[in-house]
Amino acid sequence: MAIETDRRTPTRRRFVQGTLRTAAGAGACGLGLALFAEQSRSLPADALRPPGALPEQKFLSACVRCGLCVRACPYDTLKLADLAAGPAGGTPYFRARKIPCEMCDDIPCVKACPTGALDKSLTDISVARMGVAVIVSRDTCLNLQGLRCDVCYRVCPLIDKAIRLEIRHNERTGRHAHLIPVVDTSACTGCGKCEQSCVLEEAAIKVLPAALAHGRIGAHYGLGWEEKARHGDKPFVEGIIDLPDRGYTPPELPRPLGREVRP
Amino acid sequence: MSARRLPGGAAIRAKGWGRAHGWLLARRTVQFAFLAMFLSGPLAGVWIAKGTLASSLTFGVLPLSDPFMVLQSLAARHVPETAALLGAAIVLAVYALLRGRLFCAWVCPVNPVTDAAAALRRRLGWRDGLRLDRRLRFTVLAGVLLASAAGGTIAWELVNPVTMMHRALVFGSLLAWGVVAAVFLFDLAVAPRGWCSALCPVGAFYGLAGGWGRVTVRAPRRAACDHCQDCFQVCPEPHVIPPSLNDPASDAILSRDCTACGRCVDVCPQSVFVLGLRRHGPAAGAAPLRQGDLP
Repeated sequence: MAIETDRRTPTRRRFVQGTLRTAAGAGACGLGLALFAEQSRSLPADALRPPGALPEQKFLSACVRCGLCVRACPYDTLKLADLAAGPAGGTPYFRARKIPCEMCDDIPCVKACPTGALDKSLTDISVARMGVAVIVSRDTCLNLQGLRCDVCYRVCPLIDKAIRLEIRHNERTGRHAHLIPVVDTSACTGCGKCEQSCVLEEAAIKVLPAALAHGRIGAHYGLGWEEKARHGDKPFVEGIIDLPDRGYTPPELPRPLGREVRP
Repeated sequence: MSARRLPGGAAIRAKGWGRAHGWLLARRTVQFAFLAMFLSGPLAGVWIAKGTLASSLTFGVLPLSDPFMVLQSLAARHVPETAALLGAAIVLAVYALLRGRLFCAWVCPVNPVTDAAAALRRRLGWRDGLRLDRRLRFTVLAGVLLASAAGGTIAWELVNPVTMMHRALVFGSLLAWGVVAAVFLFDLAVAPRGWCSALCPVGAFYGLAGGWGRVTVRAPRRAACDHCQDCFQVCPEPHVIPPSLNDPASDAILSRDCTACGRCVDVCPQSVFVLGLRRHGPAAGAAPLRQGDLP
């Protein structure tokens, strides 16, 4: 019996073939887009995300590139990335050296974000982690040469917490001190005010992505003096005894004022 | 077969320039108004809508979001905040009530670009080109959702000319205009109406979401049709027209592909079509067929 196949009546074969073709086509498009998305999820090297931004992987699934955070920032800090940023095109970023984050207490950018790409659980701006400031050039930082610049230290919104000045003896002159800016990586928010204020032509302190700037000491290390202070100045290990050193004469140590030197 | 004259001339002679361009002018005004709402802030300091078509805040209270983008975000396993979800729900509800692809004709910034490409093609008399299957954009739609789920990113935003162009207009951009130019050249020289009709998943999504909307083009005067086929020439989705002219049961263009752009209404010298809120009217006699007509 001849079966009439009217073009308008879907036969089983036409249905299956049609479905397979659609699936193959969808797979092709999906693969193309997904591969393109894998290319590079990066912006310019010195670009920082706004405060409260989700980790980059999640950020790109949440940010709809609406620009409401850009509008909310009272300092014109944020910009939307151009197409050259590839898959990150249209997403917000800022360059600390140009306009840093001013660390607004009410964090208007996070409030404005409609999708939660800037996490609404961020309510205290000092907890934001946009990056970590690092003295990248010890040869050029004026304080490290023995001069008194201090600008990055002074403009820091978390002065003496995120950045402090440590006193070191100046060996070159013998009679001065170096005041070394030291960043506390656990407190630095990465706002970039230090980088922007650095008086040099190329900043000696820069905000780097947290993943690059963080080191980790590992759980098996303990700093003896910190542990001792935590245990109220008792010995670090219970019952430890100090045995005499035989056949070893310690060098003459300069005697610090008012303190007995024990070899 | 198809008329060799440029469409519109007969309508101008029959109805006057105003009525032959009424809906076109209304559309361009609305498209311009949508853009102006976003630009009044940065240009004149009067803030009406902040953000872009992707997600916006109007008068500081009304959130609106692109539902297709929110869907991709959900596919990428991120649950957006309330503002985005509410905004997407509002947009979806409005388009479902009115007509999904109204977005394409009345809001989308790429529409003037593809319209211009189509008009230029008519002027130049170019007729051949790649006729892409209309169902391709649904394949792209599925592919985009797959890519979002697999890649953990809002996949369509990597290449989406609609939001790229809107961002370029509202926030400024250089490279985005290259993408816009590519769409224009594609529609002009490669595939007539190729972008909107065959590739863009945004339109496909809106069509799926709002195929039952109230805004409908009907053909109450179809008995007066003289088969000049001007409407077919200007329509971005000409396959939606024949049922309204021939179906004895209904004179409405019911297809979800219709964008309610009103070009057929404008360009018809016999005023066969009307654009309004009634989906059904008394079905007048069908337009008499002649040999060689499209079925």
